[in-house]
Amino acid sequence: MTGKSAIESSKTKPSSEAFFWLLFSAGGVVAAVLIPIQLFLFGLAFPLGWLPAPSYDHLMALVHSPLARLYLFFLCSLPLFHWAHRFRFTLYDGLQVKHLNEVIFAFCYGGALLGTVLAAYLLWSI
Amino acid sequence: MADKIVLEIARYAPDRDEAPSFQSFEVPLRKEWVVLDALNHIKDKVDGTLTYRWSCRMGICGSCGMMVNGEPKLTCATFLSSYGNNARVRVEPLRYFPVVRDLVTALSDFLVKLQKVKPWLIRRDQPPLSAGEFLQTPEQLDLYKQFSMCINCTLCYAACPVVGLDQEFVGPAALALAQRYNLDNRDQGSAERLATLAHPDGIWGCTFVGECTRVCPKHVDPAGAIQQYKLTAALDWVKSFILPRGHEDQHPGAAHD
Amino acid sequence: MTDQSITDQAARSEFHPRWYRERVSTWWWLGEWHYLKFILRELTSISVAWFVVLTLFQLRALLHGPEAYARFTNLLQSPILIALNVIAFCFAVFHTITWFNLAPRAMPVRMGGKRVPEFLVAAPNYLLWVAVSAFVGWLLLRTP
Repeated sequence: MTGKSAIESSKTKPSSEAFFWLLFSAGGVVAAVLIPIQLFLFGLAFPLGWLPAPSYDHLMALVHSPLARLYLFFLCSLPLFHWAHRFRFTLYDGLQVKHLNEVIFAFCYGGALLGTVLAAYLLWSI
Repeated sequence: MADKIVLEIARYAPDRDEAPSFQSFEVPLRKEWVVLDALNHIKDKVDGTLTYRWSCRMGICGSCGMMVNGEPKLTCATFLSSYGNNARVRVEPLRYFPVVRDLVTALSDFLVKLQKVKPWLIRRDQPPLSAGEFLQTPEQLDLYKQFSMCINCTLCYAACPVVGLDQEFVGPAALALAQRYNLDNRDQGSAERLATLAHPDGIWGCTFVGECTRVCPKHVDPAGAIQQYKLTAALDWVKSFILPRGHEDQHPGAAHD
Repeated sequence: MTDQSITDQAARSEFHPRWYRERVSTWWWLGEWHYLKFILRELTSISVAWFVVLTLFQLRALLHGPEAYARFTNLLQSPILIALNVIAFCFAVFHTITWFNLAPRAMPVRMGGKRVPEFLVAAPNYLLWVAVSAFVGWLLLRTP
């Protein structure tokens, strides 16, 4: 992340960017496969009445199963890390604000971490 | 009666100009002419001071890369007729490189970056001559052959926005050539290239825009090479976490054994 | 190799001419359709984050009981949210398509020593997408 002196520190160990890229990739797959249908149903089809919306009880019954909670946890967490990584680079390249490096890093991955924690809390409590 | 085409060419003389300006030249539109032919015509018959690089005129030396109507192209492979009669064709030096004069760019940055990735066969052991040649099956060749087609024309650098935004970014061609050697079963130097490649200015600077692959005249697909190496580097990072000691470069055996 | 800028290193000669270096504009991505397409693809990440935020609010509403959830679903019916979700959905699908189409470049598949053509590697991803989407739809739409 510190650019110039990073060459020394990465001499024997590969850069930790690999970790964030792996999260980005995992999040990308989850987002690609699952978000369209979920967004279509909950964001468009149900509110607009194209399809019968599941009742509160039906949803609660679904959400209560541990498998569903796990599914929802990964559905919330991984795409956030996908966003974090991609948005960070969009800010670097799109707006050329690479000098705000640390702030952007904290905002993006911090935000993803916050969302992950919130998801964990909500799914634990339901 | 004869068809004509107008070339608007960027001119820059460092001792005279602060910034490049455009000069228009009318050139006959011959069916078989490429942009390079037009430039040669101008230099021969109109303005001998026009400065540009070219050599083989057949798309293998990589010298004649320029921006033609905003697209990085080999001027020896770009036909004038594709622009139509009476068209105006803008010719500029390759983008994102410093301009030395007219259409000539400074390639020192690129050459330094190329050298950094060690684009040559690295051996840990040197078998004696009596052991004979390295043997390589067609399948082993196929693994890296596409990336070996690079002619260092730097069109990909002119296409890549990250190259323009980050001067330290190693860039598509260099990364693809590094991967060409990493994938060559005669090479044992993946570990040596790791520090340069798996670095924020190496593969991690790439955001897979994909423009490099689109403009490459030899279909090298540098974007593909970089993404493949990202996966390799990521798995390598995971391995370095799980087994920090004895983390050896996992490389498929050399051709001899 | 010092950490100095590569151009500085190369430009240290006393007889060096003044090179011209153009600064890349902040709006570089508007200059070309390919660049714009790339930035739009990158901006899909915002719709991804939007979806997660929406889902978190939805989970919170579920947690707070049927009245809270009813308020949440009412909110989802407002024109602004519908509009936002239409846009988000378009971007989400754009992400899916670009992701699946680019996946074969990152992971070349070889069978019998030759490279499998890219659309054959992308196709299973699309099939998986349809199958999983159908399953999720079935789970949500079936009356218990």
